Amino acid sequence: MATPSGPPGEPRRIAWLYLLPAFLVYAAFLLYPLGRAVQISFYDWNGNTLATWAGLSNYADVVTDPALRASFGHALVLMLFYAVLPTVIGLGLAAILNRAKVRGLAFFRTVVFLPQVVAMVVIAVAWRRMYAPDGTVNDLLGAIGLDSLTRGWLGDYTAALPAVGFIGTWFEIGLVTVLLLAGMGRIPGELYEAARLDGAGPFREFFAVTLPSVRGEISVALTLTVIAALRTFDLVYVTTRGGPGTSTSVPSFEVYNRAFQQGRVGSAAAIAVVLTLIIFAISFGITRIAERDDR
Amino acid sequence: MRNRPTILLATAGLVGAAALAACTPGSNADTSGTTPTGQVSTDASKLGDVTLTVWDQEVRGGQAAQIEELNKEFQAKYPNIKLKRVTRSFDDLKTTLKLALSGNTPPDVFEANNGRPDMGSFVQAGQLLALDKYATAYGWDKRYPESVRKYSSYTPDGKTFGSGNLYGLPQVGEVVGIYANTDILKKAGVNEVPTTWSDFESSLGAIKSAGEQPLVLGNLDKWPAIHVFGTVQAQNAKPDAIRTLGFGQKGGTWKTPENAKAAQTLVDWVDKGYFAKDVNGLGYDPAWQAFSKGKGAYLIAGTWLQADLGKAMGDKVTFTLPPAASGTPVATGGTGLPWAVSSKSKHPDAAAAYIDFITSKDAMGVLAKNDNLPIADTADQTAGDALGKDVFAAFGTAVKDDSLVPYLDYATPTMADTLGASLQDLLAKKATPDKFLDTVEKDYSGFVSSNG
Repeated sequence: MATPSGPPGEPRRIAWLYLLPAFLVYAAFLLYPLGRAVQISFYDWNGNTLATWAGLSNYADVVTDPALRASFGHALVLMLFYAVLPTVIGLGLAAILNRAKVRGLAFFRTVVFLPQVVAMVVIAVAWRRMYAPDGTVNDLLGAIGLDSLTRGWLGDYTAALPAVGFIGTWFEIGLVTVLLLAGMGRIPGELYEAARLDGAGPFREFFAVTLPSVRGEISVALTLTVIAALRTFDLVYVTTRGGPGTSTSVPSFEVYNRAFQQGRVGSAAAIAVVLTLIIFAISFGITRIAERDDR
Repeated sequence: MRNRPTILLATAGLVGAAALAACTPGSNADTSGTTPTGQVSTDASKLGDVTLTVWDQEVRGGQAAQIEELNKEFQAKYPNIKLKRVTRSFDDLKTTLKLALSGNTPPDVFEANNGRPDMGSFVQAGQLLALDKYATAYGWDKRYPESVRKYSSYTPDGKTFGSGNLYGLPQVGEVVGIYANTDILKKAGVNEVPTTWSDFESSLGAIKSAGEQPLVLGNLDKWPAIHVFGTVQAQNAKPDAIRTLGFGQKGGTWKTPENAKAAQTLVDWVDKGYFAKDVNGLGYDPAWQAFSKGKGAYLIAGTWLQADLGKAMGDKVTFTLPPAASGTPVATGGTGLPWAVSSKSKHPDAAAAYIDFITSKDAMGVLAKNDNLPIADTADQTAGDALGKDVFAAFGTAVKDDSLVPYLDYATPTMADTLGASLQDLLAKKATPDKFLDTVEKDYSGFVSSNG
């Protein structure tokens, strides 16, 4: 149906046909399950017998149940530890590694990146041992005379969430640093030269040249780490199971717990849908901000 | 960019269509016919050529050894019945069984967890075969005491746990008791393992004064304190009251002076330093491993630790039922996973014959030989080591005296989480005994009233 006034080449509508195979796969494995999850979230269902229509009550629970609300709050705290801290620390590390032009850069890059290679469950098991009352963390604190700080980290109501978050920080720093290093490597040397001629010191250089140039990488790093923070499951599952009390429970853990342990599939689906929307909104926001600044 | 709204619209439309086309979740469940009618045949050799699909989670150590041995004997005795065994880990079985049972070709025989989210919901969905006819035909009702059969009994609507039809038969038993390190007891001047509750409590003080840790508990995993609380509660409240709460049946309440006293006892033990400082920060496994290496005098835990502790501590460790304040000791306990039969199975007689075979008196001998705690005829079995003898004797007594009370987290689908979290609060003194009981009561009464 090519019209004379249209753009050259094949008619546009045929493009839909080319998209069809990929779309079918996408629809079967992603859109259909998503739609199904949304549908289930409107029911009371134990995963087995006939479900009963629950309307919006599962969503109302997400808003009104203080324990559930708290779990979303914990996810936000984890965002600080998973995304903000690693980005700040990663920026510093990458700037130093990039500026110093150290010998064996590849080696350091590998070392910093190493946590990413290890499965999260393994990391969680290792940290759980280090955080134990007689574990490495307390031993180290004792060795430098800080006995007053020692505690059963994962069983302490104030320390447990930061302790879990810190594992995330340790885990994500490598990814962020390597991403930013790659970005900084692409900055033309002339920019730095020009800055230096204008009398900029190392800090000025960092804020005037380095930081603006890696804005794209920062947004990628933030998107990845924020999503990781919001969907944290394995770490909590292995280290604390949401305890002590409910002080480290997070939405993903609640989804698993309700769907597979408690047989409250509808409620689990509602939490999952809300979580999906939040993740979508936040990552959309981050990319939007980065895109706008690029123009 | 121009096409984005179109794509979004198309996507939304498709998702919506998919949702509309799909029917109500669970509407393909068939809830008819769960009780076999007519005669049952107990002669497995006359059932013709049959293939039974069996799903089990007997994959570790002595568990795997016993089932492999029993399966081999079964095949040798009944060559006409072919076993198709599928093994899963406990967690995998729990998550996949629900889907398998709602499909058209479920396994014939499988192990189903006792609790409401599992066996309860299967019964509700009409997926399990009531085994009462077979129980009479094979005499299970005589060999398995009622206190044990309760753990796999539901009413046909799946709403009442602990009575009604029999839906499964377990091979092994569990009971929570007290492991004692006799070396440390002697050091503290306690020469005999206490046989009354007051002696037990006063020994805790003596051990503390001797500079040892009286009680070992690692509660990072949330559930271990449930067993400690259950043990203390059993010395205060009446067994029937605990059963009502534990099975989540109507007519009970957590807000009683007895339960308050049990909660207060735990807080007192925390105040007196009978537990280590960081109980909520220590894992369950590191805790009992420390006990096995000679740290701490008592460990309140289940019979499942017998093999490991016996190996590590030899004759320095004993196991007893919690000593009673007066009368017979009452202990938290239960069964291993019961073996159940699908209501869609085409060979229920063969399935029942298989379950009978792996729970027969001979099978109990095979279980004992492989370091398992046989649930029936326990007193007739000989255990390997001294600790094993303690455990067998303790369980035999508990079953004989009808003094087993259920795990408290059976009560409602959410009770494991509620009770686990609020016991952590109680031990950390974030919640008073009163507030603790309020939280648990809310979970219990909320479930009971909606369960109808």
